Amino acid sequence: MSHILAATPSGTNTDSIAVETVFWILAFISVGAALAMILVRRAVHCAIMLAVVMLCLATMYAMQGAPFLAFVQIIVYTGAVLMLFLFVVMLIGISSSDSVVETIKGQRAAAGLAAIGLFLILILSIGHAAIGPAARTTAANNVDNLTGLARLIFTTYVFPFEVTGALLITAAVGAMVLAHRERTAPKPTQRDLAARRLVSGQLAPDPAPGVYALHDAADRPALLPDGSTSELSVSQTLAPRDPNEETPPVRPELPAPAVTEAES
Amino acid sequence: MSPIHYVALSVILFVIGGVGVLVRRNAIVVFMCIELMLNACNLAFVAFARMHGNLDGQVIAFFVMVVAAAEVVVGLAILMAIFRARRSASVDDANLLKY
Amino acid sequence: MTTLHTVAATGALKLSWLLLAFPLFGAVVLLLGGRRSNRWGHLLGVAMPVAAFVYGLIAFFTLLGTSHRSQDLHLYSWIPVAGFQVNMNLLVDQLSICFVLLITGVGSLIIIYSVGYMSHDPERRRFFGYMNLFLAAMLLLVLGDNYLVLYAGWEGVGLASYLLIGFWQDRNSAAVAAKKAFIANRVGDAGLSVAIMLMFTEFGTVSFTGVFGTVGSAGSGVATALGLLLLLGACGKSAQVPLQSWLLDAMEGPTPVSALIHAATMVTAGVYLLVRSNPILALSPDARLAVALVGTVTLLFGGIIACAKDDIKKSLAGSTMSQIGYMTLGAGLGPAGYVFSIALLLAHGFFKAGLFLGAGSVMHGMNDEVNMRRFGGLARVMPITSVTFGLAYLAIIGIPPFSGFFTKDPIIDADFTEHGTAGNVLGTLALIGAGITAFYMTRMMFMTWYGRRRWEAGAHPHESPPVMTWPMIVLAIGSVGAGAFLIVNDRLQDFLAPVVGVPPESHGFFTAPGLVALAFALAGVALGWAMYGRTPVPSEASRGSLLTVAARKDLYGDAFNESVLMRPGQWLTRLSVYFDNRGVDGLVNTLAAAVGGTSGRVRRLQTGFVRSYALFMFFGAALLVFGLLVVRL
Repeated sequence: MSHILAATPSGTNTDSIAVETVFWILAFISVGAALAMILVRRAVHCAIMLAVVMLCLATMYAMQGAPFLAFVQIIVYTGAVLMLFLFVVMLIGISSSDSVVETIKGQRAAAGLAAIGLFLILILSIGHAAIGPAARTTAANNVDNLTGLARLIFTTYVFPFEVTGALLITAAVGAMVLAHRERTAPKPTQRDLAARRLVSGQLAPDPAPGVYALHDAADRPALLPDGSTSELSVSQTLAPRDPNEETPPVRPELPAPAVTEAES
Repeated sequence: MSPIHYVALSVILFVIGGVGVLVRRNAIVVFMCIELMLNACNLAFVAFARMHGNLDGQVIAFFVMVVAAAEVVVGLAILMAIFRARRSASVDDANLLKY
Repeated sequence: MTTLHTVAATGALKLSWLLLAFPLFGAVVLLLGGRRSNRWGHLLGVAMPVAAFVYGLIAFFTLLGTSHRSQDLHLYSWIPVAGFQVNMNLLVDQLSICFVLLITGVGSLIIIYSVGYMSHDPERRRFFGYMNLFLAAMLLLVLGDNYLVLYAGWEGVGLASYLLIGFWQDRNSAAVAAKKAFIANRVGDAGLSVAIMLMFTEFGTVSFTGVFGTVGSAGSGVATALGLLLLLGACGKSAQVPLQSWLLDAMEGPTPVSALIHAATMVTAGVYLLVRSNPILALSPDARLAVALVGTVTLLFGGIIACAKDDIKKSLAGSTMSQIGYMTLGAGLGPAGYVFSIALLLAHGFFKAGLFLGAGSVMHGMNDEVNMRRFGGLARVMPITSVTFGLAYLAIIGIPPFSGFFTKDPIIDADFTEHGTAGNVLGTLALIGAGITAFYMTRMMFMTWYGRRRWEAGAHPHESPPVMTWPMIVLAIGSVGAGAFLIVNDRLQDFLAPVVGVPPESHGFFTAPGLVALAFALAGVALGWAMYGRTPVPSEASRGSLLTVAARKDLYGDAFNESVLMRPGQWLTRLSVYFDNRGVDGLVNTLAAAVGGTSGRVRRLQTGFVRSYALFMFFGAALLVFGLLVVRL
């Protein structure tokens, strides 16, 4: 692992067999996860598959001599952004799923066609492009990855860096604005609430369920606050009894008392 | 591996992500496919950085990540607002620009 | 062949523009003056033509007194364009002075007559304005020294004719007749304007001196073309076949209009055109033959129509058509006939105007009745009119020593002596025409003046007032003496010789054709007396023979025009409209429908689904990369 992390500026043309093997395994896993992502029906499953892809990619960054980027991918991208996705899925409906039927005619066929076309074109172009082997690094980059990145960000790319900062601030403010719910009326104070209660005539809150219960038998229906009974409160296997019926005290049948003649 | 393999992988992931955008109806899933496309681009950038031997590609990939994060934030906030108004997360429901 | 040599105007002739100015001034004042000039309008309307006549006499005597009898007065330069110079010049020569005297003299008499005839008409002032306009235009026509000024006058008289035929604007028949006259004239005008254009292209000039000087060098084809086109123009204005249909309808106008315009002057403009263009006709025997043929056909045509009409004015109109046919025939005979044409024209001015004024007098007395079957026995009641009418009648039928004999018979004579077989045929037809003339005029006399009184109930005919009878008396004097005055001692012949050439030696007045013509005339009189003098005239017209029915319908002239010209024209219009609606509009509408249909189909791409839009974006991105790939490969 460490030699992977350290494999950077002085990278050579060919990697070791271990790196190759890892690459092929990760490649298949990521492609499979991506395909699964677009084929599963539930949104949560999609998010999980995307997480798998991102983790594979993080590993690949590490293999290519970008350890900083690998960790940022895991921490920020997978850890923060994807979790954000999962929060929204939870809020919107965890069980919401797409139907399989396509509503737009010919969309799937056209999408497939476009995809194959773009794939072929891109493969052709990179085939023709001069993508050479991994280069030997120059002397200036003979420091470790983090220092090199820092040097680039804060010198050559400092302006984009500042702008990106502004972008982040804007995004945060924007999110707050979008999620904000405007009050249409002023917030009622305690005085307003008390006045409302007075006017409505019901000063005390409604009693909690069970306060007015006279009985707690299972076959006796519960009382609603206005005094009516609720049929739903009794199990259907039992026969509900009239709630107003006074239950006779339950006494065991006692034998008749032995009345002595002597008393009469 | 020579960088070309990584670029080829990135192309495959990009195309899969594109198909996903076109085919899925749930807005959140569409968003996630867009994220997949962005990740594929990041991979290509890093591969090119290795090819050129300098770190510019990695810096660009870094910035892409930052921008993607900001985009996700705002996008999901919009999605939440739409969901609150319409009670539906389907992309097909926003079709008022129909002829 | 004659050529025209002019000198600049001298002496009194330098004021020749007064001839135009007097009537034009009258017209402008009367037409622009409006109702304010109603009270004195007729006085101005009479004064201006009389003033023009006085000046005309002065000009005539000045011309007689000088050896330069072709005088050209330059007024101003009308079209001073390089390559096409046209001047507004007045040419006072022998031919034009004859016409000037006729127009202003007879015109003044008729206008004096109309003071009485139109006295009950509230629009009388407008009438005098139009009459003065007519006189100004007609004088411009005969005084112009180039074809373009002649054309300006030509159009002016056409306009005046239209205005005067449709003078009673509330009558639909009058408006229709005015339009018909204008349109028929327009066909002839097209011929004249093409002739002028041809002159310009061939000779570079349209003035008389220029054209007559160079026409000899052009080919005979050009001369024939010009001759035929000028004949077409003359046919339109003079109501010769084939453009004769408008003359009988033109009788819708007031009777003084019929007398002045459609008897004495405007319809003779065609003859003036042909006689003036004699150097052109001299070069083309074919054109001359065509002219003679047209004249002969028309004189028979007009005569036959006149025999069957019960309307006195329409019968006289047919007679006018016929007499102008004689004049045209004379103009087609070359120098042998020009003088007699002009002589007949001048004499005809007197007797035809006299006949029309007489008819107007009868109408005035009979409450505007025109149907001769309602007349009869008027000679006792309207003595002066009957006497003047009778003298004009004797003149027109060619009884010696009245005008017609001296002027018409030489034309027939020239026919026979000049032109071989064609001449014999035309001459024979002209003789028949003389007989027909005598017949219909005798018929008119007996139906109107003698016989049983067939008046309508409530009619009390009376003689006309002096303002109407005195002009008729003067015209009767002219009818009696004009012919002898002009022809005896070759007076007119010698006067006009420099302009129209010298006719060959005449054979005296009692030649064989002349005597035969006289015999035919007497036969016609006898037939007329037998049919209308001896037997009483029925009050209602009988069915009549096939020829009578045809003649009542103007020998189907209108029917011919309608079927050959009007209906195809209407069909052409309908076809154009159809083509415009289906073809042109169809093309435009199809284009619009195509755009609409296409947009209707294409808009279905906007499904509103985000995923469709994403698909399009995807495809677009793929295309872009493909493009880059293609470029880079």
